[in-house]
Amino acid sequence: MIVRALVKPSEYHDSVSLMLVARELAGLEGIRDAAVMMATEANKSIMAEAGLLTDEAKSAAPNDLLIAVSAENESLADAALQMAEALLKKKASSAQAGEFKPKTIRGALASNSAANVAVISVAGRYAADEAWDALTRGLHVLLFSDNVSLEDEIALKKFARDHGLLLMGPGAGTTILNNVALGFANVLPRGPVGIVSAAGTGLQEVSTLLARGGVGISQGIGTGGRDLKKEVGGIMLLEALKALQEDPATEILVLISKPPAEEVVQVILKQVSASRKPTVVCFLGGEMESLAQVPNAIPARTLQECSLLAARALRPETGDIQAFLKAEKARLAKKAKALKGKLDVRQRSLRGLFSGGTLCYEAQVIWKGMLDDAVHSNAPLPGGLALPDSTKSIGHTAVDLGEEEFTVGRPHPMIDNDLRIRRLLQEARDPETAVIILDVVLGYGAHPDPAGELSPAIRQARGLAESAGRELIVVASVTGTEGDPQGLGQTVSTLEEAGAIVCDSNAAAARLTGLIVSGGAS
Amino acid sequence: MTKINDIFGKDLNVLNVGLASMAKSVSDQGVKVVDLDWSPPKDGVPHLRTTRSGVSMDEANREVVHRLQRGQPVLVGMGVAKDVVPGMHDHMLLHAGPPIEWSRMCGPTRGAVMGALIYEGLAKDEEEAAKLAASGAIEFSPCHHHHAVGPMAGVVSPSMPVWILENKTFGNRAYCTLNEGLGKVLRYGGMGPEVYARLKWMESDLYPALDRALQTLPNGIDIKSLIAQALHMGDECHNRNRAATSLFLRAIGPALARTNKDNEVLAKVIEFIDRNDHFFLNLSMPAGKALLEPAEGVAGSTIVTVMARNGTDFGIRLASMPERWFIAPAGKVQGLYFPQYTDADANPDIGDSTITETAGYGGMAMAAAPAITQFVGGTPQLATQTTLEMYEITFGEHEHFTIPALNFRGTPLGIDVRRVMETGILPQINTGIAHRNPGVGMVGAGILRAPEKCFKDAFKALQEI
Repeated sequence: MIVRALVKPSEYHDSVSLMLVARELAGLEGIRDAAVMMATEANKSIMAEAGLLTDEAKSAAPNDLLIAVSAENESLADAALQMAEALLKKKASSAQAGEFKPKTIRGALASNSAANVAVISVAGRYAADEAWDALTRGLHVLLFSDNVSLEDEIALKKFARDHGLLLMGPGAGTTILNNVALGFANVLPRGPVGIVSAAGTGLQEVSTLLARGGVGISQGIGTGGRDLKKEVGGIMLLEALKALQEDPATEILVLISKPPAEEVVQVILKQVSASRKPTVVCFLGGEMESLAQVPNAIPARTLQECSLLAARALRPETGDIQAFLKAEKARLAKKAKALKGKLDVRQRSLRGLFSGGTLCYEAQVIWKGMLDDAVHSNAPLPGGLALPDSTKSIGHTAVDLGEEEFTVGRPHPMIDNDLRIRRLLQEARDPETAVIILDVVLGYGAHPDPAGELSPAIRQARGLAESAGRELIVVASVTGTEGDPQGLGQTVSTLEEAGAIVCDSNAAAARLTGLIVSGGAS
Repeated sequence: MTKINDIFGKDLNVLNVGLASMAKSVSDQGVKVVDLDWSPPKDGVPHLRTTRSGVSMDEANREVVHRLQRGQPVLVGMGVAKDVVPGMHDHMLLHAGPPIEWSRMCGPTRGAVMGALIYEGLAKDEEEAAKLAASGAIEFSPCHHHHAVGPMAGVVSPSMPVWILENKTFGNRAYCTLNEGLGKVLRYGGMGPEVYARLKWMESDLYPALDRALQTLPNGIDIKSLIAQALHMGDECHNRNRAATSLFLRAIGPALARTNKDNEVLAKVIEFIDRNDHFFLNLSMPAGKALLEPAEGVAGSTIVTVMARNGTDFGIRLASMPERWFIAPAGKVQGLYFPQYTDADANPDIGDSTITETAGYGGMAMAAAPAITQFVGGTPQLATQTTLEMYEITFGEHEHFTIPALNFRGTPLGIDVRRVMETGILPQINTGIAHRNPGVGMVGAGILRAPEKCFKDAFKALQEI
């Protein structure tokens, strides 16, 4: 086996097109592994781990492109490198033949002065400059990029607030503006529920659960996960909340976030009480008592509750949500009991492999107090157990694969399941693993066929366990609607055919998983 | 002030910066989206907004562009270089590009210098001319130091007739020799009896005829207007001057006819102009110079007012630092060659003609001249894309020079060093190619980009003002 690498100085391509080239290379006869990446430090360390970082590649600068393959022999390796170049060139030349693409926001505005929103997803270290360019030219900004400094975020948001603009992000994966999905978002009916969320997949989960119940949304504004930190002070959540309070199309409000800083909670609740519109507040994993005191505020413990409560606020005749939850729990317990019987005594742990950070969080909220042993996570609840090494599970483990540690220089797991599939097989080999829980997020921005990508891996994982004499349970939930490009029904049946148990919501999936591993072996 | 609510219910119109999949999912929803061809800024390029002394660079650049827009270059007369070009004397030769001494001059410039010395009668042959040039008895000076510009080698000798252009708005003047035609000509380093004979004829017949005609035109000839018209007729007024040359002939024709007694001389003059598609180049260039000079001295401006090459070095100067050259090795032209020549024969990029790009036409206006993209086997679409790309690095758009193919959008005007550095896009240059050896002449034509180093150094200097 030999490794060959090629450094292309100052050649930029976005990570998705590079990934496509890498995939094509890896599929070639005699090629064991391939990487086509910008030579950032993070990518170089990924390549080093894969044994693809040659000495030449080590010295590449962040703006250089690295192509590396490990192959059976030199001629195959060289052929693969040549092919990579040809594929990249093909992309470049077809772009050249097409319509002119401006290179800067300024240039784009010169020919399209009616632009009103910028969607920015460039690498974090460049993102703030682009956001400034957009804001100072009067554009609302969805800042999808991660790895933007807190100082930049605060400055950008203050500027946006003072100029009546939205600065959604950084790390804002999801926004639905005027029924248009920006970033990761689903096809939703128009309706009276206005959502402001500091948690991207939280917004997706709540809006899709609402949609499945026939309730549409007016706006769904993502603020980025750090908005409710003390330093940022909830600037954008407050501005978006005010805007929706004034918006005649919005009747019910929903706020979603991980627990905000205490002083921020007070400011937000004050603003909530300034309106007469019912406001469902889901500070996932936070304390609920103070919320109950606030006029108009309806506290929700989970994303699932959040959607149920919002629907009920709209249609009070649907009655108490507790009855629904109780019935669901009974169904899940029955199912869990049956599944439990298939496990051997060593299979005691659940393993959560999440692409959506909020879904990982919601699952932990549900497991809290339900399991005998605490859950480790790279994104734990306040007071929860941190996973010392995110790449290795210990006992019950929930990993958010969309965390920045996994996404520097590579696509988000909602776009590319590569990392998740590797991890899935890793967990399947662990004799301790009883059940694996997966979230499958559909909609615009997400992988065009995540179930198609995950199914073979689920089969393979279950096969691995089976050949070691174990049954591996895979539980999944699908965040999506029938109208999504991937189709909810199609996705569910593909996953079920692969042997996964698909629940109606992430909360239900977490509950089922928890029931399987709680209360000792049967 | 706008409010967030203002966007609610409006049609979205999205600019996508980054992942192409993001743009696709927006357009899949039937929403207008422009997907940028974004690339990271060069390493360590800060956003410059003000000078150290607190001058707003944008403010300064607005002033520069304002001056460039308002300029009105008019051909007001002619003269002999030593009489009219400021600082010119009997033992001085002007040349294109930044300053250079004899020992570093490229082949074509040496050829033009030797040829000019022979033409002036200061040397009897090439050997004597070379000796004289090396002796120190001849003072070499860049055209740009004398309000002048010269195509290719750009050599101006004391006896050569020159055009005199005046920027009527600001009163400054610019000078340029008359264009000799293509092939074996002095400006491409060509030497030999036919070269000198042509130069002599230009001095003895062409110049007096044109001069007499011009003297009867009290308002001169408005060169800015001719450029604006030619841009609508397939010229970009650097590498293609066919329409502009015809327009010029129409403008001066009646006066020529009225002031010439000898029809044969008149016919030869008209024939000479007609057979040289680049006759107008030597008017479009000083027009650019006349337009740009009033912008020199605007403190804090990051706009380029000179781009020029001497065949060895490429140099730029900025409005805020008009005395300082930022220099890099001259680049290699990609082009098409006359039969029997290849790129091995080509001299590096040469000439002051990049004044046209600097002034907002030439390569900046490629979209106006799709025909010249054939020099590099390109398509009309490529020409359009080149101009669209140039908007990324210019501070403004021309109010008077417009491009029909772009719905009469103004040409990219005012190359901004900051934007060149931020985007990594270098100015487009259209040019002729000289043979690398003295005495041969023109061997082809093509395009290239200005060298990055000049802009890098200028950017560094801007961080210090």
